[in-house]
Amino acid sequence: MDRNQSRRQLTAMKQSLFDQGLLDEQFVQLEELQDDANPNFVEEIVTLYYRDSSRLISNIEQALKERTPLDFNKLDTLMHQFKGSSSSIGAKKVKAECNLFREYCRAGNAEGCMKSFQQLKKEYAALRKKLEAYFQLARQAGPQETACRSK
Amino acid sequence: MAIVDEVFRQNLPEMMEESPCVAPQLHVLAVDDSLVDRKVIERLLKISSCKVTVVDSGTRALQYLGLDGENGSLGFDSVKVNLIMTDYSMPGMTGYELLKKIKQESSVFREIPVVVMSSENVLTRIDRCLEEGAEEFLLKPVKLSDVTRLKDFIMRRKVKEGEKRSHKRRRSLDCGSPLSITCSPLSHPCDPSSSSVLSPLSTKKARL
Repeated sequence: MDRNQSRRQLTAMKQSLFDQGLLDEQFVQLEELQDDANPNFVEEIVTLYYRDSSRLISNIEQALKERTPLDFNKLDTLMHQFKGSSSSIGAKKVKAECNLFREYCRAGNAEGCMKSFQQLKKEYAALRKKLEAYFQLARQAGPQETACRSK
Repeated sequence: MAIVDEVFRQNLPEMMEESPCVAPQLHVLAVDDSLVDRKVIERLLKISSCKVTVVDSGTRALQYLGLDGENGSLGFDSVKVNLIMTDYSMPGMTGYELLKKIKQESSVFREIPVVVMSSENVLTRIDRCLEEGAEEFLLKPVKLSDVTRLKDFIMRRKVKEGEKRSHKRRRSLDCGSPLSITCSPLSHPCDPSSSSVLSPLSTKKARL
């Protein structure tokens, strides 16, 4: 009974994440790469993403704190990397914030950069919490829910 | 480094002759500076039954291939790679520069198909890569369907090359692909989900 409930909740949770525009098709693509031998691939990738991108986040933060004028090229390059990883895990909203930030960079708009970076960090943190809850539920629900491959 | 796979010591055409339905494993070298992307491409390739070697830079890729000028004795026999998939934007040596270096080789390395991956749909970038000899330009994030299509293309091409080399013997293949000298397109014009780009004309089909 508990497991079925977990599975229903899991489906609902995932749908909600999509409806809110937090995740896109890429997340589904990743889930389809899971199988019995690799049932937690998406969770592993997302964990890796948060661990790896925290470095980029602090680099960007550091660059934004540095002397004015800002080094927009450097910021754009850092954000490009961050956007890439975010895109690879299907983090739709985070990716959109990255794009906004890069637009401000190209326009040389320091104020815009700082504002959008704050927003980006919010989205990034919010997604992390939601995905943590999702993966916790996924583990409870059992591998059948997320794994789409038989082998 | 890599353990040499016994499969690649055998001559491909001979294998096809003995058991035409056995597909030898494709060895793909993936190059990407992003850890997340390396993990994803590795998984995509493993699911597609490819042998995968992943490196984090163009320099390491050249080292692996034995093209960095340091290990001259390694060369072709030790490492055989059937496909190279490289990210475009990388610090140090870009994917484009790696592509150029490989295509400038006067050895068999020049014949290894190179696919460039990028998250940015920049026409000039795509053109440059294709002109330099890239097999295909894939938009990131790369999908399983991209890898499957790529693998099929490489496999079919290897079969054709094998047949050309042993043109004296008659051999019938079950897969039924027609013998043609011209390269078959990687993406079918009617495939809306295709995210590959062959020419500037097909950029519109590329996923943004």
